[in-house]
Amino acid sequence: MSTLLKVNDIHVYYGKIHAVKGVSFEVGQGEIVSLIGANGAGKSTALKTISGLLHPKQGSIEFMGKDITKLEPNKIVRLGLAQVPEGRRVFAHMSVMENIEMGAYILGRIPEEAVEDVFSRFPRLKERSRQEAGTLSGGEQQMLAMARALMSKPKLIMMDEPSMGLSPILVEQIFSIIAELRQSGATILLVEQNANKALKITDRAYVLETGRITLSGSGRELLESEDVKKAYLGG
Amino acid sequence: MDNRANNKANKKRFELPVWAAYIINLGLFIAFISLFGVLLSSGALPGFITKVAMLIGIQVILAVSLNVSTGYLGQLPLGHAGFMAVGAYASAIFMTHTSIPAGIAFPIGIVIAAAVAGLFGVLIGIPALRLKGDYLAIITLGFGEIIRVVLLNIDSVLGFKLTNGAAGLQNIPKTTTFVNAWLMVGLTCFLIHTFIKSRHGRAVLSIRENEIAAEACGINITYYKTLAFSMSAAFAGAAGALYAGYLGILNPSSFGFMKSIEILVMVVLGGMGSMVGSIAAAIALTAAPELLRAFDNYRMIAYSLLLIATMIFKPSGLMGRYDFSMKRIIENAINGDIFRRIRKSRAFDKAEGEGEA
Repeated sequence: MSTLLKVNDIHVYYGKIHAVKGVSFEVGQGEIVSLIGANGAGKSTALKTISGLLHPKQGSIEFMGKDITKLEPNKIVRLGLAQVPEGRRVFAHMSVMENIEMGAYILGRIPEEAVEDVFSRFPRLKERSRQEAGTLSGGEQQMLAMARALMSKPKLIMMDEPSMGLSPILVEQIFSIIAELRQSGATILLVEQNANKALKITDRAYVLETGRITLSGSGRELLESEDVKKAYLGG
Repeated sequence: MDNRANNKANKKRFELPVWAAYIINLGLFIAFISLFGVLLSSGALPGFITKVAMLIGIQVILAVSLNVSTGYLGQLPLGHAGFMAVGAYASAIFMTHTSIPAGIAFPIGIVIAAAVAGLFGVLIGIPALRLKGDYLAIITLGFGEIIRVVLLNIDSVLGFKLTNGAAGLQNIPKTTTFVNAWLMVGLTCFLIHTFIKSRHGRAVLSIRENEIAAEACGINITYYKTLAFSMSAAFAGAAGALYAGYLGILNPSSFGFMKSIEILVMVVLGGMGSMVGSIAAAIALTAAPELLRAFDNYRMIAYSLLLIATMIFKPSGLMGRYDFSMKRIIENAINGDIFRRIRKSRAFDKAEGEGEA
């Protein structure tokens, strides 16, 4: 298993606030890796730093052996590191189809087979391909955001809280889609508050607390760990 | 909805090829120009109509170009008159100093005006576009005023006569005609339309829709914002060149804050993001005051009431985001479903109306 993404001791600040205090982790080819933790633990900040929206004061980030610490977000996407941003950011006034096509923007053309793949994964989107994306339900918008990220044929997909604000049935659906993606060979870096669900499908996970990694291990180990149970899984 | 979609799939729809659409539109445009050109030059219409028609053409270019940064890019700049001023002065200075015959020099002057204004667009856009919303409005307002004040005072700094201060430039060759003004209108609309329908245009629209998502799709936000902004500035510069050739005199006071607001009002009234809306509003708001000179005293009241009424009853502007498409109309007429389509929802219409020409 080769390492795709390597985060080395990054420190990220919002002004004077030290949000991420020396976080290091790795994502290998074909894995699902989760960052879990409570509100304000620094999970999303770490993700935004990898995607280039924020820059670390210290530390480095390597993607496929290339240093991406100081790259602009659009250049990082071009390297094959797709993002599903937090809060289902779809292009509300564009049709579902146009949203999906935007996902292939960096390729400069629209790959037919990728469209078919996405529609077979998300049949709901095919039914609604002509509808304005803003009129979709929350769950459908999340699926659309994921479909859009898949269109660029990424080597690694980063998902920021895909289950946020969704009903339990939809949360179930979204996680089973993520598990399916892994089956078909995708590599995923997941940020989640829903530790229980996330740990069940991940290979490895890191627990963040106030900007530091306090625990790490395989998904199963962490599910059974007393500390994690106490803190995140309700005893 | 499902049923209708099935019917559609069964019945093959007639589709007009894109090249045919372009030829039809070009033909209609030439017919329009020649019809009015002949009517005006033969004296069938009173002379002042020619003046008004030229002014309308200039205003249409201004509105359509501002629509690029407000409607398509989704920003709110308030310094459009500044770019117009840059273009007007650039072309006027060129026209008064060159020895090339005016007929040949004028197109060159327009190109120079567009280039200089576009360059200013880049220079101002890079710092200004880091801000959003009301902050962007204020900073562009500031830049617009700076341009005007610089035009007013630059001579004393340079030590020789360039813009001639408050007195302004005089004896600029009056080279703007109905035909060249409206050819420029056609060219502006064509270039902006094809740009916005291209992959780059799609990128600009996606920034308006959602900046974070656009960034996640790998779009270089800064680049496209600056591109759209300077494109908007360049066409405003071209309009400025036509304005200089229309009036024959220029002075900085015609490019104040109120001019920027006037253009913005046209775009908002017509519907941000609708080119046909900008054109219609520019025509209406330029022609009405000129034709209603008899009721001079009441015209500002009517103008304000019109704005208030629009914002109350149709805040998205007269046309919303609807864009006129000859291609779509012809296709619908041939397919015989023109009446059914009128009842369709806007969302559905939008998905259908792709590839408009």
